Amino acid sequence: MEFSGSTGLVLNEPLLFEKGKKGRSGISLPRRDVDFAELDEALKGDGPDFPDLCEVEVVRHYTRLSTWNFGIDTGMYPLGSCTMKYNPKINEKQAALPGFAGAHPLLPSVLSQGVLKLMFELESLLAEITGMDAVSLQPSAGAQGELTGMLLFHAYHKHNKSSRSKVIVPDTAHGTNPASAALCGYSPVCVKSNDRGVLAADAVAEVMDDETAGIMVTNPNTLGFFEENIKEIARIVHAKDGLVYADGANMNAILGIASMAELGVDILHLNLHKTFSTPHGGGGPGAGPVCVRKHLEPFLPAPRILADDGKYSLSYDFPSSIGKLHAFYGNTGVLIRAYSYIRSLGPELKKVSQLAVLNANYIREKLKHTLHLAYDRPCMHECVFSDKLQASSKTTTLDMAKRLIDFGFHPPTIYFPLVVPGAIMIEPTETECKEELDLFIEAFKAVVKEAGEHPELLHDAPWRPKVRRLDETGAARNPRLTCGGGA
Amino acid sequence: MRYLPHTEEDVAEMLQVIGVSSLEDLFSSIPEDCRRKTGLRLPDPATEWELNDIISALAQSMAVAPAYKVFLGAGSYEHYIPASMSYLLGRSEFSTSYTPYQPEISQGTLQAIFEYQTFVASLLGMDVANASLYDGASALAEALLMAARVMGLKKVAISSLIHPLYRHVVHTYLEPAGFEIIELPYSADGRTDISGLDGMEGLAGIAVQSPNFFGCVEDIAAVSTLARAIRTLTIVSFNEPLAYGLYKNPGSQGADICCGEGQSFGISQSFGGPGLGMFACRKQHIRSMPGRLVGKTVDIEGKPGFVLTLATREQHIRREKATSNICTNSSLCAVASAMYMASLGGSGLRELARLNYDKSEYFKSELRNAGFKIPFATSTFNEFVVEFSPGFEAVYKRLLDLKIVAGLPLGSFYNELSDHCLLCVTETKSRQDIDALVAELRR
Repeated sequence: MEFSGSTGLVLNEPLLFEKGKKGRSGISLPRRDVDFAELDEALKGDGPDFPDLCEVEVVRHYTRLSTWNFGIDTGMYPLGSCTMKYNPKINEKQAALPGFAGAHPLLPSVLSQGVLKLMFELESLLAEITGMDAVSLQPSAGAQGELTGMLLFHAYHKHNKSSRSKVIVPDTAHGTNPASAALCGYSPVCVKSNDRGVLAADAVAEVMDDETAGIMVTNPNTLGFFEENIKEIARIVHAKDGLVYADGANMNAILGIASMAELGVDILHLNLHKTFSTPHGGGGPGAGPVCVRKHLEPFLPAPRILADDGKYSLSYDFPSSIGKLHAFYGNTGVLIRAYSYIRSLGPELKKVSQLAVLNANYIREKLKHTLHLAYDRPCMHECVFSDKLQASSKTTTLDMAKRLIDFGFHPPTIYFPLVVPGAIMIEPTETECKEELDLFIEAFKAVVKEAGEHPELLHDAPWRPKVRRLDETGAARNPRLTCGGGA
Repeated sequence: MRYLPHTEEDVAEMLQVIGVSSLEDLFSSIPEDCRRKTGLRLPDPATEWELNDIISALAQSMAVAPAYKVFLGAGSYEHYIPASMSYLLGRSEFSTSYTPYQPEISQGTLQAIFEYQTFVASLLGMDVANASLYDGASALAEALLMAARVMGLKKVAISSLIHPLYRHVVHTYLEPAGFEIIELPYSADGRTDISGLDGMEGLAGIAVQSPNFFGCVEDIAAVSTLARAIRTLTIVSFNEPLAYGLYKNPGSQGADICCGEGQSFGISQSFGGPGLGMFACRKQHIRSMPGRLVGKTVDIEGKPGFVLTLATREQHIRREKATSNICTNSSLCAVASAMYMASLGGSGLRELARLNYDKSEYFKSELRNAGFKIPFATSTFNEFVVEFSPGFEAVYKRLLDLKIVAGLPLGSFYNELSDHCLLCVTETKSRQDIDALVAELRR
């Protein structure tokens, strides 16, 4: 078995600011066809002290930098909860079409029918996929979708002349959930998941009261389990006139299988950069559309897209709207990619979820005697192990993750969810083939074997990338955030 | 389906390993009453050929250059993007990676973002910049929330000459959390009137935009002097960072927090998004900053490298006590803007900024010669307000038929400015384009 991890010629490349010479240029400016105008000298500045570089210097700089990065095009990227599936190239081509890329957001709507139609259709497609009634494409990422959800909680209760101060958040939630609730002025109330790794209805009943605006549930949750009591939980929350918010970060597990509306969900956000294959760009841009049931539609962000006899327009005329999250209408470039993806798959999206769950369970089964399984039961799209069995060799989750890099794999998500100490959260996604999964499994087994025999190999890993293990503590203690000196 | 690699044989083998008999059985943990009653009612899968037809038909209906001459700015600017950039950004090692949680195999993104932070801090005259926020509007909302944290106060003043859509976002973010927002009026010269703030107490910050929504350059020094006198923070927002290649930057005039939209720097307009929220501040406030930060460090062999740092401010560590809920930001757009700033260099940036200014001054003087009024006297950069004759709407529509978009009518944003338009020219418009528009306006 040959792993992809190997060495090659890794080129050094200094910071841009250590390159270039005054008088070089990497850009072609149009011929000047107007005179110099008078300028108020009191307002004039010196301009920034950027290096002057020629085009080839810039091209080599970024090409070299790119080779130090690992992307989904480089290899398997089983980062749990982040859903690093293959990002189809055709979607890039569609988003780059000059008609979209060059479109000004404030064009009169008669001149922007194409993109409005695409966005209107995407709303309908997402409504059908989730089973919800109405969609806003505006939020720029999942966390902004969550904020939108919390603003909808607030608007709904305000409309009902009820003032509420708390939101229920399970202990398995992403950190963005409590942070989004707090941003909207709510105090998160943490509820522990049970020994099956899911929320028990009575645990929710215990804390749900008239002061609580609702609950935020990730379903399937971050342990990779379907929240099987969700309908009962929704009944409990609704009985106190609370709302159910679903974090759809893991929607990729249940496309065409479960209906969010059926579960009693009132509000749901989707991460287009996870479930719908848009590239993550090393940290964004993403898109976090929010889907709601009919009774919350009046509160959705404005503007909304209206269709009237095949003519599309944008309207701000929604007096109950929570307002606006994005300067314009959302991350349109990302929306186009997701539209292209959904149109490419259509009803086959169900197959996407089936294969994602198949892959995760295959890994779970094949590694469950190698690593400690946090909860020994079938999973959905991801499985969570821990480093419990490696305690005797004094190697940790971090050590194993770093050593996997030498074998040519991006490590899984580690130390999350917080309820599993030393968590190793593996999400292969549906786009990895069986041979690649087998390689990954063998690599992990080899790492665990090394942990027992040569723990130092792991402690000092990784060995092969451009840099070795980095001093993160030192970086935080003495922050150097720009070139040239301290902070 | 070409994205799904499993053959029937693979599926059968894998199911056997797992110990279930069908793909459906993998979902047995989902209660029956949670299942969908119907299949997905979606259009049939499109082949790549069909997809090209469907989507290009939509794209072709859009009004874009070169067929259309679009004199719109107002927070989204048409600037030329060098050909080299699309190739570099197309390096999928940048575009298909996740947030750099594993720094050893993310040095490309991390160094590029570290350089981006350096560019932005230098451009704005600030000490530090973060790795990006979503866009200029949410960056302003985050800046006000940060000022509130630093000052321990929940009252802010914002200029009515900040982009109206940004103010809309600010209200959305701040109001439910119980903030008081004071809107500052504007003066006849097209600048914010800050006189009402004299002696005001309890303000977390004063926010202005420069160049402001009317294109006018604000007197940031006067704002920051007043801010210091009443013990509050100065926040400067912007739509068009290219202006700082010509005009004094906010940092040199006393801004404490500076934030805005970076789309102008090599990012396509894409109907308004994705954009790039640039965000910078003074170093004493670093630990109150929202968003990711990249810092320089060394590896176990002493070799320099980069990591995400000061994460104890962030949601994944701090949860409800985090400085912001932001996770995914606008990293690839930040890298794009760094590529653009690197391509321009300091000299190119100054030259391009000057060219934008000179084109817009030429445009202004031609409009004046044609008898139109430029109502605000303050210096502008590449956009400005023009007052047309009553009934301008009909002219605007006639120009649309000629494939000219004559700026943004301001009546829906400022009631008192009916028949006023915000017009923008960048280096993408030739003198001939400007002359053609003025000639049509004269008719």
